[in-house]
Amino acid sequence: MADTSNTQTQGASRFGRYVIYTLLGLVCLYYLLPLFIMVSTSLKTLDDIRSGNLIALPNEVTFEPWKEAWGSACIGVRCEGMSVYFWNSFRFVVPAVLISTLVGAFNGYVLTMWRFKGSDIFFSALMIGCFIPFQVVLLPMARTLGELGISNSIAGLIFVHVVYGVAFTTLFFRNYYVTIPDELVKAAKIDGAGFLRIFWRIILPISTPIIVVSIIWQFTQIWNDFLFGVVFSSGDRQPVTVALNNLVNTSTGVIGYNVDMAAAIIAALPTLFVYIVAGKYFVRGLTAGSVKG
Amino acid sequence: MGALSIREVRKSYGTTEILKGINIEIEEGEFLILVGPSGCGKSTLLSMIAGLDSITSGEVHIGGRKVNDLSPKDRDIAMVFQSYALYPNMTVRQNISFGLEIRKVPKPEREKIVAQVAQILQMEQLLDRKPSQLSGGQRQRVAMGRAIARDPTLFLFDEPLSNLDAKLRVEMRTEIKLLHKRVGKTIVYVTHDQVEAMTLGDKIAVMKAGEVMQFGTPQQIYDNPANLFVASFMGSPSMNFILCQVVTLNNGVGLQMETGGQTHVFPVNRASAALSAYVGKQVIVGIRPEKITHKVDFLAGAPSFYVAEAQIEISEPTGADTLLMIKINDKNIVCRVHPEYAKLQGERMAFMFDMSKTVYFDPATEARIV
Ligand SMILES: Nc1ncnc2c1ncn2[C@@H]1O[C@H](COP(=O)(O)OP(=O)(O)OP(=O)(O)O)[C@@H](O)[C@H]1O
Ligand SMILES: [Mg+2]
Repeated sequence: MADTSNTQTQGASRFGRYVIYTLLGLVCLYYLLPLFIMVSTSLKTLDDIRSGNLIALPNEVTFEPWKEAWGSACIGVRCEGMSVYFWNSFRFVVPAVLISTLVGAFNGYVLTMWRFKGSDIFFSALMIGCFIPFQVVLLPMARTLGELGISNSIAGLIFVHVVYGVAFTTLFFRNYYVTIPDELVKAAKIDGAGFLRIFWRIILPISTPIIVVSIIWQFTQIWNDFLFGVVFSSGDRQPVTVALNNLVNTSTGVIGYNVDMAAAIIAALPTLFVYIVAGKYFVRGLTAGSVKG
Repeated sequence: MGALSIREVRKSYGTTEILKGINIEIEEGEFLILVGPSGCGKSTLLSMIAGLDSITSGEVHIGGRKVNDLSPKDRDIAMVFQSYALYPNMTVRQNISFGLEIRKVPKPEREKIVAQVAQILQMEQLLDRKPSQLSGGQRQRVAMGRAIARDPTLFLFDEPLSNLDAKLRVEMRTEIKLLHKRVGKTIVYVTHDQVEAMTLGDKIAVMKAGEVMQFGTPQQIYDNPANLFVASFMGSPSMNFILCQVVTLNNGVGLQMETGGQTHVFPVNRASAALSAYVGKQVIVGIRPEKITHKVDFLAGAPSFYVAEAQIEISEPTGADTLLMIKINDKNIVCRVHPEYAKLQGERMAFMFDMSKTVYFDPATEARIV
């Protein structure tokens, strides 16, 4: 009796598993299909695209569209491809990510371990920053950049993204630091370490998981940003996302889908790369609070 | 002047008063235990001694120096925390020498101290590990090593053993006691384990709800508890409390006890004068389990002993002794009997009550009568 019911439940659970895997497979396909189409289109010749089917593999693989997208496609009046803008993006994304992460870590440290009168209010106020839509800050930000004398510059873009990102990074770090026992800081105080030394020597070195989360999050946000880029920069200072838009909109008679696709993939490569390299840390970091031993 | 003196110390968070005027004074080299139930303010008091929490009012003196306004690092103290609070990113060696490094002790000196400490605590082989690679007991040892390396005038321990398993806890307890003998420094030690309190302390402060209920040596506190709370908190198994009527007996007073439908009048050999005011009223009688044993014939006639027969409700052998539970005045009473003489559950046996160390409490105020 017991045996049969046992095999029955086993059979049922195996069946359930098949259903789950099939569903997961379908969902994967659904999400991977656009990527597949992009990659395959970017490797086709224009003739191939015109004559063939959207999902079909290329008849003959060509890397010309990639070369063109990278080095010679026309964006507005300049025909130098995406490369200039690609490096542009790096020039402001990297500093903005690092600065906003560091400031967030520092804020989180102060808000959890050196609480002051009104620190909760300060934190709540900062959190509102997570919910403010980009559009709302455009005009005041333009004014501020003007006053600071950094409008239409890389420094200006860094500033904008740091200001906007700090709300998120502070949230990450604060939530991570509340799981660290107070006693650690107390021990350091008794050892004679001061405010900054505790931060540099003890807190920051144990923050790796959340630093990774913050970097991934900020990198994707800032790299993919379009609005701030289009508003606060112009000409050859624009980020890659704006360049991609301009490239697609710059018409030279024929629409080069293959070049557009290659350019789009180029624009997306860094974020893809970051996810693949650091993705497992991302999940680990997000759940770090709950699984601390 | 004492090594540590706490005078009228109070602590409030907003309007709630957590510590309500604490007074404690200990001499150099003494081992002070702060013991009490969870939430009574032990850690808070310790934090105030360490300078990690501000003092609302009152004074703390360490080594004759008022330290109210000194930061922790200037108080010449070292602290061991319940969670050990080892720096996870540093090796054991770095953990121990971090404080020295901050106080600008030159490197060769630092290495010498680390080596010494490692030798005292027998953990030379652990020096290059990270805390995550250590067992609970080893972490505990490192935390103590870090404190010893500072060579402070005052050690503070906040429940250092509560995260260890029972066996290790006993081992480390002995080790701490030996360590205290060896370094001879003043120690303030927080625990809510009364066995730790009894075995380690030179002085014990029993706390409850932000007040010191009693301050004294372990023996004073065990034999002469100031009130019902202290009596019930200290000792394991804890003291028996029997609510009973005081009656006149011969020309003194006696205590009316009922067990298994039989009424006995226990003699009060000590302090009958103080109890005579309670004749006709009820008192709480406190008697420790080890004072209720099997009947020893040559003692049974002595004035402070009383023998009564009772039925054994439950029997709990612990190896060294067997704890027998009987019912007196409808209360479960624990007796500590030598296993050889203990009868079985459900059987009746004669118990001998040693009334010489009995204590009496007022049922209304829970204060000690005598
Ligand atoms: N920052 C704070 N704000 C308000 N109340 C606090 C604060 N810190 C502690 N308390 C309160 O003070 C009381 C004493 O806390 P404390 O940590 O000293 O207890 P304890 O005796 O060490 O208990 P345990 O044995 O559980 O460690 C508790 O009731 C606690 O809620
Ligand atoms: Mg505590």
